[in-house]
Amino acid sequence: MADSPEQKEPKQLTTGEDGDKSLVAKVKEGAGALKDRAIDEAKGYSDPQDTQLWKSIFRVSHDRSDPRNRSLAILSNVFLHLHPAKINRDAVRYPFTWGMGGITFYLFIVLTFTGVLLMFYYHPTKADAFRDILYLEHDVPFGKLLRNMHRWAAHLMVITTWLHMFRVVLTGSYKRPREFNWCVGVVLLVLTLLLSFTGYLLPDDQLGFWAVTVGTNMARATPMLGHDGPFGPQLGMTAYNDVRFGLLGGSIVDANALLRSYIWHCIGIPLVASIFMAVHFWRIRKDGGISGPAPVMLESEMKAVAKKK
Amino acid sequence: MMRRFINKWTIWGALLVIAAIWAINVHDWHQLWKISSAPDNVPIVAMLFLVPFFTWMGIKQAVANDRLIVELEKDPKAAKAHHRKVEPWRPGWAREIHVWPYLVRVEFLATVIVTVILFVWSITLNAPLEEPANPNLTMNPSKAPWYFLGLQEMLVYFDPWIAGVVMPSIIMVGLMVFPYVDSNPLGNGYYTLRQRRFALWMFGAGFLQWILLIVIGTFIRGPGWIWFWPGQTWDHNAVVFDKNVDLHDMIAQSAVGKAIGLGFLADNPAKFIFGMLVVGGFFIVGALFFHWLMTVDFKRIRFRRPFKENLFPKNEFEQKLLARTSLLQYLTFQFFAVSVLLALPVKLILRLALTIKYVWVTPWFNI
Repeated sequence: MADSPEQKEPKQLTTGEDGDKSLVAKVKEGAGALKDRAIDEAKGYSDPQDTQLWKSIFRVSHDRSDPRNRSLAILSNVFLHLHPAKINRDAVRYPFTWGMGGITFYLFIVLTFTGVLLMFYYHPTKADAFRDILYLEHDVPFGKLLRNMHRWAAHLMVITTWLHMFRVVLTGSYKRPREFNWCVGVVLLVLTLLLSFTGYLLPDDQLGFWAVTVGTNMARATPMLGHDGPFGPQLGMTAYNDVRFGLLGGSIVDANALLRSYIWHCIGIPLVASIFMAVHFWRIRKDGGISGPAPVMLESEMKAVAKKK
Repeated sequence: MMRRFINKWTIWGALLVIAAIWAINVHDWHQLWKISSAPDNVPIVAMLFLVPFFTWMGIKQAVANDRLIVELEKDPKAAKAHHRKVEPWRPGWAREIHVWPYLVRVEFLATVIVTVILFVWSITLNAPLEEPANPNLTMNPSKAPWYFLGLQEMLVYFDPWIAGVVMPSIIMVGLMVFPYVDSNPLGNGYYTLRQRRFALWMFGAGFLQWILLIVIGTFIRGPGWIWFWPGQTWDHNAVVFDKNVDLHDMIAQSAVGKAIGLGFLADNPAKFIFGMLVVGGFFIVGALFFHWLMTVDFKRIRFRRPFKENLFPKNEFEQKLLARTSLLQYLTFQFFAVSVLLALPVKLILRLALTIKYVWVTPWFNI
């Protein structure tokens, strides 16, 4: 192999069948052939779904004329595979579903995204926290928008969580076999509120400071575990060892409280919430998908006595 | 009777009259605007519109379903053939559709709309930022975030260990047991009012109380957590004399109480036993009240003799539901219903209207 190009090259330039053609003509001809080949190949790329790249990413062809592929679009996609391939035809009607659960999850993603960006500019220390917010509002490009979006998405998430719960109650969707998923949902509601609450302190301004002071003051009245609660002092609770001390990392809202609420807000609670969310979504599928709109049952069809579980 | 005068015109008229009376009495529009436009209060203002809107949307579908249920109940033959939904359906239509694209596109649209709303909201309204935290300068009023204002407002009516720890725990556990105590198999997966009357009323009452407490905490509580009507100026120097007294003192010191020799109620062992009896009595009366609510047929209530039949007419369907309910389910429900759904409004009325501080005073806790 090593010597063949050396032998060919001088041949192509001087002798051979095309020996009499000029170099320019030969290059032209070669370029023409290359062009034809390129056009030929490009025609093959006209449908991106037929390319190797596409197939390697999406694994299956998405030929739209084949209904089977609509199912595969869902089943073979890691983000969409939580969905069933097919659903009740009325279950996509907005007046029935309200879409609040899905919106809540989307807001969680928005909050994670904006939250991570905010973390680049924030130090959870007494010296820096408030200044970082000012910096964020006045100097960081789009910093104010970022903070506003994080704030309002958090408020919106509380609202959508409540409305989601409201819809589930109105449609009786907590009933068998979805009782346990309802409980998981209640836990998620509480976690949402806690996420929002722990974020409240982080700007280290008067608003957050006093809100958290009021909030954690309730903890000192915890029965048996708080130093102001019933049976607390009898069990040896003081301001320096009770449940409030554990929450704040001190007897007052100060540097430790800031750090603790930062860690709970950015790592602890999101981690726990993600686990509960995974269970929540998985159980939706396992419990038979969205509950309705189901055919109505009649009162006369109800059995007089509940069947044994 | 009364029912003849209750229609949508009289209800809207009454609401309008109330609104007009209130508007005339607003002294300080600026104060009102300051509260309702505070950036952190915007969500609760939004809730004031969103909750009625979605309630209406749910009820609309429930009414349509209920109409269908009544129709099918009358005609067993049609009940067998009907597809049993108010949504249109024709033979030959597939019962199921592909998630891709029919659901995925709705989800995509939802994310786009939410993103747009968030951007507009974030561009037009800034997140609040107060002065740097200062432990030496108390904010007055110092309020929790709006979704916790219900708890903070509860502090007015109960001691902190009840309002801040016990009540939230009971509410959480109560929500979790809800599906386990609801023995009604009907209304699973469709909107209905007639088949789930009691369950929906109970949940609605709880939801409404929660929102009400938040509204009170947001719009009414001013400096010193004093009650200012919406439109009243927040007076930072206002002082309210604490005229609340414990129930046993109130009885022992009243003229009637003294006259019939109840003065001993103010003394130590007596007031403990008295309070215990009152709280115990409250649970019994409360449970009876819920039992009545659970089984009564509202349409047949008449205020005439014989009272037993006319005040407590039984609803056949609700009776059937009760028969399906196990004793454990029943008692669990009663515990949560009386200790939250009833105790909260009762204590609110006792404290605000009757200026009663505690009903049960012990050396360890007060209720």
